[in-house]
Amino acid sequence: MKLFDYARADSVATAARDGAVPGARFIAGGTNLLDLMKLQVETPETLIDISRLPLTAIEEREDGGLTIGALVPNSDLAADPRVIERYPVLSRALLAGASGQLRNKASTGGNLLQRTRCYYFYDPATPCNKREPGSGCSAIGGENRILAILGTSDQCIATHPSDMAVAMRALEAVIVTQKPDGDRRRIAIGDFYRLPGATPEIENVLEPGELITHVELPAAPEGRQTYRKVRDRASYAFALVSVAGIVAVEGGRITAAHLAFGGLGPMPWRNEAVEAALVGQEPTDAAFHAAADALLANARGFGSNDFKIPLTRRTLVATLRELTQEG
Amino acid sequence: MHFTINGQSHDIEVDVRTSLLDLCREHLGLTGSKKGCDHGQCGACTMLVNGRRVNSCLTLAVMHQDDEITTIEGLGQPGNLHPLQDAFVRHDGFQCGYCTPGQICSAVGMMDEVKKGWPSHVTEDLGAAELTVEEISERMSGNLCRCAAYPNIVDAIREVAGLGDRNPNEDVGKEVAA
Repeated sequence: MKLFDYARADSVATAARDGAVPGARFIAGGTNLLDLMKLQVETPETLIDISRLPLTAIEEREDGGLTIGALVPNSDLAADPRVIERYPVLSRALLAGASGQLRNKASTGGNLLQRTRCYYFYDPATPCNKREPGSGCSAIGGENRILAILGTSDQCIATHPSDMAVAMRALEAVIVTQKPDGDRRRIAIGDFYRLPGATPEIENVLEPGELITHVELPAAPEGRQTYRKVRDRASYAFALVSVAGIVAVEGGRITAAHLAFGGLGPMPWRNEAVEAALVGQEPTDAAFHAAADALLANARGFGSNDFKIPLTRRTLVATLRELTQEG
Repeated sequence: MHFTINGQSHDIEVDVRTSLLDLCREHLGLTGSKKGCDHGQCGACTMLVNGRRVNSCLTLAVMHQDDEITTIEGLGQPGNLHPLQDAFVRHDGFQCGYCTPGQICSAVGMMDEVKKGWPSHVTEDLGAAELTVEEISERMSGNLCRCAAYPNIVDAIREVAGLGDRNPNEDVGKEVAA
């Protein structure tokens, strides 16, 4: 690991200010950042320890939603009675991710900023445009079983690894930040992540020093919620495909649908055409397959991840059956 | 830097890059916690920080100067074993023993999580859970045992939880819901 300076932040304002210095990185749980620092994929010059900042509360909002402090551990968020009652899709997504030990450490804000688990991103001996812009993509034409089928570019086919963020995308969460100059902004999760395009090293819209302080969940949408995750082993593995779904049925027809997907793209994936294909329809397999058609219209496999296209279809159909079956 | 480990105070200067695991093993002589993968994938380094289980290889010592750290040495000693240590011995919950300190620290943290009513991925209604084989397998999935002593680890945990041995017809290795 490269040497770095360490400073413990005593307030959000000083953290954001110190974080704007080139080479500075925030550290909270550190479960992803330290892993990458050991491999010298990440080589910060300064670590700003934000883990003691008072951002650990989960609070009620006037609109019936919740405001989650950026430092709430994944385990606490998953077990919060309000989350279990109102946002079971979020509890289930969190509990489907990582291990008990990691969930105790991993923070809400840090989870949103996880880096891809692409094999080549982790291996500094190979070209990777995300790790080293302009060096090439080893995954295209290489081993890409776990990588993306949607939202890819010629420069990068990495997936975003989070389960939590997939549920938050379905719930239309808002990410609240503070900038070095003290300005705060609220960013819809749908506007937070960036497609790789020609700059896969830029993964979100955060500016230097901009610190995630909270995540807001609006009141839960109507409907039944679930999170279905398909992976290579039964526990403690990243998603090959996952679906966060919230679907309401009234009078024999689907009246609302919120669907987001993990394991498919460079960000927690949502496509409103999928939801439009369902709303107003009877909950039949024909409607579910039409939704899958909309989701997969532009899907592209890269060889060893081709299987994800039919797997995604089956996973979506199974999820929709679960969410719409009577009783 | 100042640390409190197993109730003892330590004042020691270490490189800022030192993980909590390396602090204990390389600087304080607490070699019970093991380094397996050093990347948070195997769980051999599991310790309790303020009572919660964490991967000590994936956190910096410098970040834990105000915390209460408990390692396997703090849970029990020869002649004064923690109930889980005692149960692991009697149930043959290990072969080579390398993962065992992490398994036991993890199980202590895990049983506390169950007491607090935390659900797991396999808890049907996200309510309180009983420590069935399926629940233990899921909740302990962050601790690998390459000797595959899993069935006996499950028995040891179930005994300490007051639940008795697993049904011999229940397969510890069975797939939990994907």
